[in-house]
Amino acid sequence: MSSLVGTDLVRLTAAETARVIADGEVSAVEVTRAHLDRIGAVDDRVHAFLHVDEEGALAAALAVDERRAAGETLGPLAGVPLAMKDVVTTKGVPTTAGSRLLEGWVPPYDATVTRLVREAGIVILGKTNMDEFAMGSSTEHSAYGPTHNPWDLSRIPGGSGGGSAAAVASFEAPLAIGTDTGGSIRQPAAVTGTVGVKPTYGGVSRFGLIALASSLDQAGPCARTVLDAALLHAAIAGHDPLDSTSIDAPVPDVVAAARSQDVRGMRVGVVKQFSGEGYQPGVEQRFRESVELLEELGASIVEIDAPHFAYALPAYYLILPSEASSNLARFDGMRYGLRVGDDGTASAEQVMAITRDAGFGAEAKRRIMIGTYALSSGYYDAYYGQAQKVRTLVVRDFERAFEQVDVLVSPTTPTTAFPIGERIDDPMSMYLADLCTIPSNLAGNASMSIPAGLSPDDGLPVGLQFIAPPLADDRLYRVGGAVEAALADRWGHLLIDQAPEL
Amino acid sequence: MSDTSASISRDEVAHLATLARLALTDDELDRYAGQLGVILASVARVAEVAADDIPPTSHALPLTNVMRDDEVRPGLTQEEALAGAPAAEQGRFRVPRILGEEA
Repeated sequence: MSSLVGTDLVRLTAAETARVIADGEVSAVEVTRAHLDRIGAVDDRVHAFLHVDEEGALAAALAVDERRAAGETLGPLAGVPLAMKDVVTTKGVPTTAGSRLLEGWVPPYDATVTRLVREAGIVILGKTNMDEFAMGSSTEHSAYGPTHNPWDLSRIPGGSGGGSAAAVASFEAPLAIGTDTGGSIRQPAAVTGTVGVKPTYGGVSRFGLIALASSLDQAGPCARTVLDAALLHAAIAGHDPLDSTSIDAPVPDVVAAARSQDVRGMRVGVVKQFSGEGYQPGVEQRFRESVELLEELGASIVEIDAPHFAYALPAYYLILPSEASSNLARFDGMRYGLRVGDDGTASAEQVMAITRDAGFGAEAKRRIMIGTYALSSGYYDAYYGQAQKVRTLVVRDFERAFEQVDVLVSPTTPTTAFPIGERIDDPMSMYLADLCTIPSNLAGNASMSIPAGLSPDDGLPVGLQFIAPPLADDRLYRVGGAVEAALADRWGHLLIDQAPEL
Repeated sequence: MSDTSASISRDEVAHLATLARLALTDDELDRYAGQLGVILASVARVAEVAADDIPPTSHALPLTNVMRDDEVRPGLTQEEALAGAPAAEQGRFRVPRILGEEA
């Protein structure tokens, strides 16, 4: 008989969960059942999940228990539950990307990320809520209603992956998969007091991700600890012949880096452009303290000038809509998804336009039209073409910075979680949430958000972002693990342990 | 060259909506005209950067064509491919008419 009961089981880290399963203290089925119970108890208030696959989860957990009983050696996350962002296809399990257009769609295939998760013996609990097609910073643009921040249910959990971050933060799952096109893993991690990593572009396969902006999209891990994120990162990363942009190179040893917790001699850059107007004082305070902590731990701090980062946001909001307007053209009501207005007389083109107006939400329509505008003849050079040149300059700013330092550090997002509804009708103020995260997507490098503490002005989590050069993802885990350990030492616990009981 | 002072008229929004295959309502045209103007005015700041001699970056990593071996491998079955279709007939996608009334 197990000494661990359900409420304890959901509070374990992924690494601990895997260990108690491997040691035979509990079964994978018991672990899965405990998380399904937790979802049943709190998700009516959090709304992290769009679909809970109870049957599939229990079957996957049973398979792990059977393989263990048969004496098989299983992977380091076997039996650990996970919440999958609903933009990642899962064979036989509904996948909507938060859109009415895909309501009830059941993919006939698994994304590579899904396949790797399943092969690692990780148990997929269900699909998490998100801004429609990953466009948004609050999860309010989901067609299925917003997700609520477990720290304050009246506030946003970030976006677009607010469901994945909220699932992890509310102890519904120790792990989740997110996707990050402009900050959709890191900004939700920041405002929910959790850990989120955007790997180097091409580090994790995009096959089976419903595409938003193909040159920017990247899937990655969400967790409550840096080590857990590293374990999941190691499980999903690697070359995939099904993604032509997948990197054919060894994955850096992120797990060893997370365990090293040593930043002595590391050179850390502070970007001077990531501060000032628009930054909440409590966020800046926790950020300054984190930089001081890094210095205490033996890192050297260098101020970095990145003059073109100020133009990363406008460049991004031209490049992203341009790619999105093209990618979302596939939703034409012909081969899958919603079809509206097919009355026997309307033409295919009319049905397409009626379907798209009925199926897309306001933010998707705005971005599709901005992208259509930026790509139209007469505007292309001034908008899309110029944005691509600015992208080059942002890449060069990073290259110069990484000649001087090993990693960059910044606040993840300028403010803590804002109230649901506050920015919904003001797209530009919503876009500012991604100010510090966007440059990494434009450059394709690796970045991470970890908790830096609670903001003294409102008591809500503040995120600390680290950025490493392409393919140097291990540096994130090294510095992230060290800061996490030092803060836990100072506080006597992880920040997430301070989250309110739901 | 184009004007990036970026106010956008209701008619321009209607034209964009047609190009993007979005049958917007009158209310939507009014609302988006204002919102798109604000967004475009903000993103037009990219023009402030002197970048005439800077090459564009379309992708974070240098891209090359990637070919797989020309071998038969399993794909979706007909049933799987049609499983999500809004309408299917005789093992095919059924679509609305694609030609005009006079065709």
